[in-house]
Amino acid sequence: MDVSQYLEIFIDETKEHLQTLSDQLMILEQEPENMDTINEIFRAAHSLKGMAGTMGYKRMQRLTHDMENVFQEVRSGNMTVKSELVDVLFRGLDALESYLANILETADEGTEDNEEIINTLNSIADAATGKSSEEAAKPAEQAAPQGGSVPKGGAKYGSIHITDFEKNTFEKAKAQNQNIFGLTVYLQETCILKAARAFLVFKALEELGEVIKAVPDVQDIEDEKFDMDFSLVYFTKESLEKVKAAVENVSEVKEAVVGPFEVILDDAPGAVAKPEPEPVKEEPKEPEKPKAAAQPAAAKTATKPAGTAQPAAAKKTTAKPAVGRTVRVDIEKLDVLMNLVSELIIAKNGLVSINSTEEDTKSDAAFNEQIEYLESVTTNLHESVMKVRMVPIENVVNRFPRMIRDLSKKLNKKMELHMTGEETELDRTVIDEIGDPLQHLLRNSADHGLEDNEERIALGKEEIGNIYLDAYQDGNNVNIEVRDDGAGINVEKVRNKAIEKGTITAEQAENMSDKEIIDLLFRPSFSTAEKITDVSGRGVGLDVVKTKIEGLGGNIECKSVMGEGSSFIIRLPLTLAIIQALMVELGTEKYAIPLGSIETIEDVLVSDIKSVQTKEVINLRGTVIPLIRLDQILDIEASSNEVESLTVVIVKKGNKLAGLVVDNLIGQQEIVIKSIGSYINCSKMIGGATILGDGEIALILEVNALV
Amino acid sequence: MEEISDVQNIEIASEGKQYIVVRLGTEQYGIDIKYVDNIVRNQRITRVPKAQHYFKGVINLRGEIIPVMSLRLKFGLKPDEYTNATRIIIIKLEQQSAIGIIVDEVKEVVTLTGSSIDKATTSDPSDLIQYLSGVGKHGNGLISLLNISAVIVGRESKDVV
Repeated sequence: MDVSQYLEIFIDETKEHLQTLSDQLMILEQEPENMDTINEIFRAAHSLKGMAGTMGYKRMQRLTHDMENVFQEVRSGNMTVKSELVDVLFRGLDALESYLANILETADEGTEDNEEIINTLNSIADAATGKSSEEAAKPAEQAAPQGGSVPKGGAKYGSIHITDFEKNTFEKAKAQNQNIFGLTVYLQETCILKAARAFLVFKALEELGEVIKAVPDVQDIEDEKFDMDFSLVYFTKESLEKVKAAVENVSEVKEAVVGPFEVILDDAPGAVAKPEPEPVKEEPKEPEKPKAAAQPAAAKTATKPAGTAQPAAAKKTTAKPAVGRTVRVDIEKLDVLMNLVSELIIAKNGLVSINSTEEDTKSDAAFNEQIEYLESVTTNLHESVMKVRMVPIENVVNRFPRMIRDLSKKLNKKMELHMTGEETELDRTVIDEIGDPLQHLLRNSADHGLEDNEERIALGKEEIGNIYLDAYQDGNNVNIEVRDDGAGINVEKVRNKAIEKGTITAEQAENMSDKEIIDLLFRPSFSTAEKITDVSGRGVGLDVVKTKIEGLGGNIECKSVMGEGSSFIIRLPLTLAIIQALMVELGTEKYAIPLGSIETIEDVLVSDIKSVQTKEVINLRGTVIPLIRLDQILDIEASSNEVESLTVVIVKKGNKLAGLVVDNLIGQQEIVIKSIGSYINCSKMIGGATILGDGEIALILEVNALV
Repeated sequence: MEEISDVQNIEIASEGKQYIVVRLGTEQYGIDIKYVDNIVRNQRITRVPKAQHYFKGVINLRGEIIPVMSLRLKFGLKPDEYTNATRIIIIKLEQQSAIGIIVDEVKEVVTLTGSSIDKATTSDPSDLIQYLSGVGKHGNGLISLLNISAVIVGRESKDVV
């Protein structure tokens, strides 16, 4: 069946369900007994399973099926929700997300089976249901193993075959300085509940590291389809002795043979003859072969993102996605658009009819009237189209609670994320770009901002660290604030570091205000983290954030109070492409000043201009405002004739005001912002250019850079 | 950037290439035709403050804003005198980023094969040499072949920050 036409719907809905799952799991972790939540998760998993099945994504279906199973048990009260379970479920969620990412790119779910997650899920479900029936498990098995003589001390793990794919994980483990051990565990011949013992062994091992592969495979071990021994490949940071001791601690384990594992590469997928001393059930091996064969393809897609030179920031592949980007639009917004378009047609018809009547006496007035009408329609149309492009910031931030939860576990700090203003809307293009910078700031707050729990208690703060993410609209801007109540920025430390790094000289440092010092953090390769963690601290941080945000036409500011925390404020323009601007004349040149940053326009008498520290200022109703002579900083030939008063455009950046001296005001106009390209080395004062009605170009002044 | 110029050199050596011959003062320069997007008459240029001195500003080319550089100023010659023959050559090194180059005159299109191109000699006293990929012989005249990527993003631009 050709299901490709449903692909977009599938992707959209899957995203929604995954988000529901993630949200609900977060709640579940806090309130393990919440029946509504459990039902919600069950439903979401169930829908996902159904959808994946319809689309033919078997692996996805299987994983969701097992997740659903676990919840079936939870729902029927057979087991309770524990944090291990939530962890596994989150891992399952990640796996589902990576399936989805694959589907987005290639319309195929990829070849990752996620056996491990499925097995863990199953073992949890089995452990729950089997609890009561465990004792009665299979006494029949008792007699059988007696006969099988165990080869003493044989290190059978030596014959475990490793596929190409698994080899990758080996390399990763090596990179993380993990030990790779082979293990062969021999149970006592008298052991009755082999599966239960094996489960205990796995559990003991999983506390210390990670079981990568088992022979026979985990499913078979759980089903007791093995003799008195089984072999494992295992990654851990612990020593060999500790692992051995941990395994032998499990009762009824006769012996555990542990040793470093050498990789035998199973490069020929067709190689059937596996030199295993005791051929244990060949069948479960089967699915691995296609996996190995399909690997090169998967590996190719995996290396693609690495190939794009963009560091860290650009994780997404540049490969053309299989599905176009879409925006879901409220039907009401579309209705408004339709109405406006019909009005536009009416306006056009009005103009046509004026043209055809050709009665000179009345036509001028009527013509003007129609033009005005047309103007109001186009303005409204622009506004509505912009609204269609707007998406609530929720779409980006709703993954952060999960991220903070994971960070909290990883860093072993208790912390909580408080979010407000998720409904604030931003342009789609901004939404797409803002995720990474925000994530970065949150990680920063979690890793560097917040103190350890003990430290917090010692300081008399509440034990749980708080991180806030607030989004709100402010005039023509949207502000997003990332705050924490941690230690704040140690200005002295930054100052010393800056001197040490040669960013500034000691004298300069002397004269810099705290704020200026903090701004140094946004310089490239400046990190004060004492150690590099994989959470943050590689020194490619804040400058990347800053560049990105400035690329979106916004700016970022940092405030910090020692001991009370720090906050990063991102200001973003509501819309990108079209803005209202005030056109001004300077000499013979025309410039546009974005209306959003204009406070007022004043006529100032030359005699009212005062001088403070050789800088010109005016006193405007009690506020002292510095004057900026635009003609001077833009190298425009000053008009030589003496004037009595100046036209001053008062602009604001945050709380700061400044007065821009202009020669003439032309008027307000809607302008389309265009980039002037990267070759020309234009100053930051120029934010772009626009084309006026007569084809002339006017440059747009970047008020943020001027003030 | 080195990569681009290398590729260019290799191509010049192997196959015949078409060049647009332009005049700057009394000298002739060749621009590889594959980078040329368009040739337009001189038009109103809007100055961009604080830009590199050899950038004359930006022009509006059918709704697209394109920066324009003066080849004369870049090469340290006398400033342009706009005449009826003055043209702006729109160069596209990569998609989405065009740039205009002001020349005194566009003369013709010539095809040069590898054998009629010499390497630019390093004894040339000016540092103009960095912008050349070779010297082509055509008829009686010599044509200095521009290494267009070096011209556009060349060292000069880094000096003026």
